[in-house]
Amino acid sequence: MPSLDDLKKRIKSVKSTQKITKAMKMVAAAKLRKAQENAEKGRPYSLRMQNIILNLTNSINDPEHAPKLLVGSGKDKTYLCLLLTADRGLCGGFNSNICKLAKINFKNYLKEGKNLKIITVGSKGHDQIKREYGKHIIKKFSFKEKKQITFNEADLICKEIISLFDQKEFDKCILFFNNFKNVITQIPQAQQIIPIENKFTERNDQTKFDYEFEPDEDEILEELLPKNISTQIFKAFLENAASEQGSRMTAMDNATRNAGDLVDKLTINYNRSRQASITKELIEIISGAESL
Amino acid sequence: MSEKFTIEIIAPDKTILKTDAHEVTIPSFEGEMGILKDHIPLITFLRPGLIKIFNEVETTYFIEEGTVEFSDNKLLILTSTAIDLSKIDKKFMEALINKSETKISKSSISDKERYLLNHKIETLKSIS
Repeated sequence: MPSLDDLKKRIKSVKSTQKITKAMKMVAAAKLRKAQENAEKGRPYSLRMQNIILNLTNSINDPEHAPKLLVGSGKDKTYLCLLLTADRGLCGGFNSNICKLAKINFKNYLKEGKNLKIITVGSKGHDQIKREYGKHIIKKFSFKEKKQITFNEADLICKEIISLFDQKEFDKCILFFNNFKNVITQIPQAQQIIPIENKFTERNDQTKFDYEFEPDEDEILEELLPKNISTQIFKAFLENAASEQGSRMTAMDNATRNAGDLVDKLTINYNRSRQASITKELIEIISGAESL
Repeated sequence: MSEKFTIEIIAPDKTILKTDAHEVTIPSFEGEMGILKDHIPLITFLRPGLIKIFNEVETTYFIEEGTVEFSDNKLLILTSTAIDLSKIDKKFMEALINKSETKISKSSISDKERYLLNHKIETLKSIS
């Protein structure tokens, strides 16, 4: 049985933890609003860009001569995985969820006898992955000191990827990130960006257009494809940022509530033992008086 | 039947404009291009220049680069920079001109870049 003093100390410490988690929740909530707005506003651009590329892909006459970035290197040997995580912890399952999904995929690739290369963005993901897959990590990015990730950062990573691709370092590139659905649900996702996945789910029912190109297709594709990759990475960044804040907010909300519950429980304990000791003292006094 | 089609200008971080228009002129890579309703499907690049949107009133946007898709009477302009001309800042323009001019004076740039920069300076000067 802990003494009264111990209980008092514990209550105090839990209360101060609660204050911290509450403050973090508030901050996350404020940041979330902005991040969510950014993510939602950024969606049309990346979606439309993807659509244009898909339309272009459709109207290409000879796939043999199409740019490599579009159709892939023709092999299926080396996978480059881009793992986007946060730089900070205390955001619930946010980082672990991405890593979990990534690890499942990594395992499958290795089982199929593929070569695996990993680029991590954000230090938390790197920390979680490095024990198991440390030797596969070829590069790590961290934008810890940046307050907000802009298009430039996405472009930086994109250039890195494209130069690796040109050196024939990999055949397929897959992006892992958390898709922001709403404040409490974030879905870890794997998106293949090189070659572009030919999913015609959205436009399937629509008529396909014969486009007029100016300048010609090849030139447009050559310019558009790298841009599309940066756009997709940027989109993933935005989704990730919103997810991180959302996840942190929920986690901190839970923590605050748990701390509250704990304080209640400890307070009851404290009061009981206080009363017990008072009763004990009374009994002692009374029995002492009676024996006289 | 209405003679209008929809135009959307989208930047990576937001939708800048979504409206109906009678006619839109865009500075496509190989020259100015006017687009009316029922234009054939088209994909093209933009060079620095002005997008003019003719509706009841005329609105003009300055853009530096972009990609245009026209299909199904929807004109889609993806660009990273689109500035409403009525809200543009004189000082900002001058800074842009200066920046482009110093860039163009360097010998290391390619013909394509030079072409783009020339157009940029030309348009910027014409509006300011």
